[in-house]
Amino acid sequence: MTTTQVPPTTTDPPASGPSESAAVQKSTGSRVTGWAANYIDERTSISGLVKEVGRKIFPDHWSFMLGEVALYSFIVILMSGTFLTFFFQASMVEVEYEGSYLPLKGIEMSAAMASTLDISFDIRGGLLMRQVHHWAALLFIAAIGLHMLRVFFTGAFRKPREINWFIGFVLFVLAMAEGFTGYSLPDDLLSGNGLRIIDGMVKGIPVIGTWISYLLFGGEFPGVDIVGRLYVLHILILPALIVALLGVHMLLLIINKHTQFAGPGRTNDNVVGVPIMPVFAAKAGGFFFIVFGVLMLIGATFQINPVWTYGPYDPSPVSAGTQPDWYIGFADGALRLVPPGWEFVAWGGATWSLNILVPLVGLAVFMALVAFYPFIEAWVTGDKREHHITQRPRNAPTRTAIGAAGVTFYAVLWTAASSDLIATHFRVTIEGVINSLQVLLVVAPIVAYHIAKRICLALQKKDREIALHGYESGRIVRLPSGEYIEVHEQLDDYERWKLVSFDEYTPLMIRPNEQGKITAAQRIRAAASSWFFEDRISPVTRTELERAHDSTH
Amino acid sequence: MAHTPSAPKSQKRATGRRSPLATAALLAIGLLTTGGAYAMVTTSAIAETGSAQSAVIEEGTKLFQANCATCHGLNLQGTSQGPTLIGVGAASVDFQVGTGRMPLAATGPQAEKKPVQFTAEQTFAMASFVASKGPGPAIPSDRYLRGDGNVATGAELFRVNCAMCHNVAGAGGALTEGKYAPSLGNIEAVHVYEAMITGPQNMPVFNDQNISPQEKADIITYLRYLDETPSVGGFGLGNIGPVSEGLFIWIFGLGALVAITVWMTAKSN
Amino acid sequence: MANDHDGETGSAAAGSTVEKYGSSAPSGGTAVVVADQIPNPGFEPYRPRVTDLDPKKAKQAERVVSGLFFLSIIGSIIAVAVYIAFPIVPGDMASVRLNNLLLGVGITLGLLGIGFGAVHWSKALMEGHDMVEQRHPTRGTDETREKAVEVFELGANESGIGRRTLIRNTLIGAIVLTPLPAIALFRDLAPAADPVPLLKVTMWREGVRLTRDPTGTPIRASEVTLGSNFHVIPDGLKESSHPLEEKAKAAVLLMRLKPEDLQVSPGREDWNYQGIVAYSKICTHVGCPVALYEQLTHRLLCPCHQSSFDIKREALVIFGPAKRALPQLPITVDDEGYLIARSDFTEPVGPSFWERSI
Repeated sequence: MTTTQVPPTTTDPPASGPSESAAVQKSTGSRVTGWAANYIDERTSISGLVKEVGRKIFPDHWSFMLGEVALYSFIVILMSGTFLTFFFQASMVEVEYEGSYLPLKGIEMSAAMASTLDISFDIRGGLLMRQVHHWAALLFIAAIGLHMLRVFFTGAFRKPREINWFIGFVLFVLAMAEGFTGYSLPDDLLSGNGLRIIDGMVKGIPVIGTWISYLLFGGEFPGVDIVGRLYVLHILILPALIVALLGVHMLLLIINKHTQFAGPGRTNDNVVGVPIMPVFAAKAGGFFFIVFGVLMLIGATFQINPVWTYGPYDPSPVSAGTQPDWYIGFADGALRLVPPGWEFVAWGGATWSLNILVPLVGLAVFMALVAFYPFIEAWVTGDKREHHITQRPRNAPTRTAIGAAGVTFYAVLWTAASSDLIATHFRVTIEGVINSLQVLLVVAPIVAYHIAKRICLALQKKDREIALHGYESGRIVRLPSGEYIEVHEQLDDYERWKLVSFDEYTPLMIRPNEQGKITAAQRIRAAASSWFFEDRISPVTRTELERAHDSTH
Repeated sequence: MAHTPSAPKSQKRATGRRSPLATAALLAIGLLTTGGAYAMVTTSAIAETGSAQSAVIEEGTKLFQANCATCHGLNLQGTSQGPTLIGVGAASVDFQVGTGRMPLAATGPQAEKKPVQFTAEQTFAMASFVASKGPGPAIPSDRYLRGDGNVATGAELFRVNCAMCHNVAGAGGALTEGKYAPSLGNIEAVHVYEAMITGPQNMPVFNDQNISPQEKADIITYLRYLDETPSVGGFGLGNIGPVSEGLFIWIFGLGALVAITVWMTAKSN
Repeated sequence: MANDHDGETGSAAAGSTVEKYGSSAPSGGTAVVVADQIPNPGFEPYRPRVTDLDPKKAKQAERVVSGLFFLSIIGSIIAVAVYIAFPIVPGDMASVRLNNLLLGVGITLGLLGIGFGAVHWSKALMEGHDMVEQRHPTRGTDETREKAVEVFELGANESGIGRRTLIRNTLIGAIVLTPLPAIALFRDLAPAADPVPLLKVTMWREGVRLTRDPTGTPIRASEVTLGSNFHVIPDGLKESSHPLEEKAKAAVLLMRLKPEDLQVSPGREDWNYQGIVAYSKICTHVGCPVALYEQLTHRLLCPCHQSSFDIKREALVIFGPAKRALPQLPITVDDEGYLIARSDFTEPVGPSFWERSI
């Protein structure tokens, strides 16, 4: 159901037979289109879909396009990846390399590596597609991360979008898995050592770890099966899961309609923006080509993952500066920050590798907190209404501060993964870097939390001041009485609306339930609610505004 | 080639018909004073194979005494400030002085490469001097430095023996306590060879029984290849791997795209 | 005033079998509902663009858009031309680089032309007014819900699943057990052997010679000088049936220290040969090769997570997340002076696993 401010609404071509309208002479193009539309509609009822979806409204804010960056880079990945599958051989059979790259000529390597080298050096456009594919993968996950942060900091995960947040988080994890399986396919030294690390971590899992490692690699590490198995995951299972979940993610987006920022004329019950046809289609379609073009440009001018320099995987050599791709960095960093000696043999003889388990469990808990955050916040606020207006981050100070702490935590772990590079680059010791980051891992999120919260509250106060009293214009006026005042420029109603239209929440008041008891759950909830909402700034009310206008300036 | 000590000290022989005791005493005193003074000024045996060589060594001696003896001792025995140089060979000196690491300018985790202080002749002179004090690795012959070895063998040896400290592309890497393995870009072949054979500071020694001279030549060939071959895929971003790639995509990739989205959703003029 | 209901229970209409869950207006929880809110001022007046007002500007914008689309055409043609005109000369890296660059730039032009053209078209020329669409509550209407409930009720009644508990229970059991064979099928992902004993042995045996990695030539004790560092594999590894798997356990580092610098623990006195020591190269943290040897400090550094091991103290961990010292390979020389192992490692090498000490 679309209401437009400005006529006209486009009409669908007539659903009946391809008869020429007597009054208007149609061009050949529109006649063919009309015939085609009729043909398809008579067999698929597509006109219903076009009617429903064709003029749907999408709000137009730049931060709403981050998900599109992710989606389009995924499409680029699919397209470039399909090209690569025509040439890549996911086999660990040993071959002697006889291609163009001289430093590896005659060297024994897996067919996977040899085919990767052939793609890079002997197939026109092969290196380009490989680089575009890998750069697009890095961009894909980065865009998901930034998109996730946007959704988090604007509260767009609130009802009715909690499930979509969760699906999005699963997509994030799947994308990381896709990336990891992908860069391990060439069986080169860098990714091979990454697999070695994964094997070591898996072996550290109690009871079942040794067996999982054995089954995963088809025997002892490295085995001859792993590349083939990762290939199946990489081109079949994981993409299928991602496409399916992406479908649900976008379906929910269409059903719930997109959120929008508060603004004049925008309410919780409407969507204001541009219609799919033609504006949004042009912008979104154009943006796809832009994302593709940017990735193509980067792939043409910047080298990525030169597997030929690393050489084929062998358990003996290793390169200084061995890091995983950036999105696995937080896990590698977590491993590096564990202090020495965190392992013990229990009384029965079983080895507990806490130096592996603590990072694994810690990161799992962190990710679970992120995945389930909407449900946690909903429980704390008790708010069961639907929310379609996004919040400015400053208007949810505790949530923003929690997000800042989470981002800082993740960033410290990510930084730790490049500890040796930091040491060489900044001429410090690796011991110093790691020890500092160990401290920062605990301290920095707390500091970030407090700083972010105070900044949010201060910004809210400033908003309040401006809403009530306007901007300082810089003009000084002397009154007849001799008093100097600075003239404040009042906001117009439209500008002010953005500053005053936010929700306020109060801490939960504990009340006994029907049995007259106060449950532990209630206490926890009240404590959390107080933590969230005790410090708050209320939006300006109408009376306050009138009172402010009454006093002279 | 290193000088080996050969000729004995020249000695005065006393002949005389005066009172044996007096002349003997006089001669003994003469011997002791000249011998002692001589011994104080020189260290051990000096090669007398050729006057030109001895001139080189003499110049090297003077240079050494003026610039190196404070830390390495007049007799190369070492002090608390610097290790002994007995047996380090001409190759060590040619490497350390030829890359500017020596003379050491400041204390730190290791000697840093810096502008070379001495000319090639001076370096050679000091190298000859040090070599004359004790046998050690010699400056390699040109035949291993031409870069015409087997690049595939060299690459494989590099990955097994060198990449863990210097990185697969020779971009350098971190060691403990602030030390680092430097980047290997555009290093002279002779210095690469000398570093392998002398094991400067914490770098292990790769003697000729571990990596043969031809294998060293292969490694040098590979490093030459890395220097001369441009990155095939475009700008190399320092060749330090996924860290720089990740930073690049966040700052420039996402940055550019976010800037574009801001433009796209801004109201048109 | 804050609402602080803990949960939402709807009221069941008299006579209906189903609770109307959440049929009242949803609670705002602890949200403050202010009676005195500043009202929404409604839409701002439309600010026309230059292209709306000035037909010349509109024409200019049109030219820019079509210019960009034209650029795209040129780019795509350039890309195809480059593909043909700048082929790869086998072995010539510069030709690969050029082909990559030019092909990529051509395709980029082709793509960005369309992209920027379409966006500029939408921004400058397409209908610029904001449009409005009304939202509906996400939940279905009460009638729709009743119909949905009715569907399930009819389904339950007509199948009798509620009454026929035997059918229901056995159905649940059947469905739960059906996936079991699928899980069992995965056992043969790996060979039949038990992995634990495999992890506890390597190729090293008494008398096996230490050889250079990767050439496989044996090493004499006299070749290992002070300060040198050899990368070692067991004799015969290259000819074994699983060379990489063996190497992943048997890779060894060989170093020579002054015997007085070594702190030898009891029982290991004959594990080194005149100061030559051999340690497993596989890090005890998660298995990377611990290959960085500092000859003056006698330390081994692992580049993956920076675990450091002190060779003077039998590869004790001095920094980093590892716990156990690197296993030492007991060595000696044979009658020709070549270094040989005295036995296999006396403990499992590499990363820890659950059954390591069992």
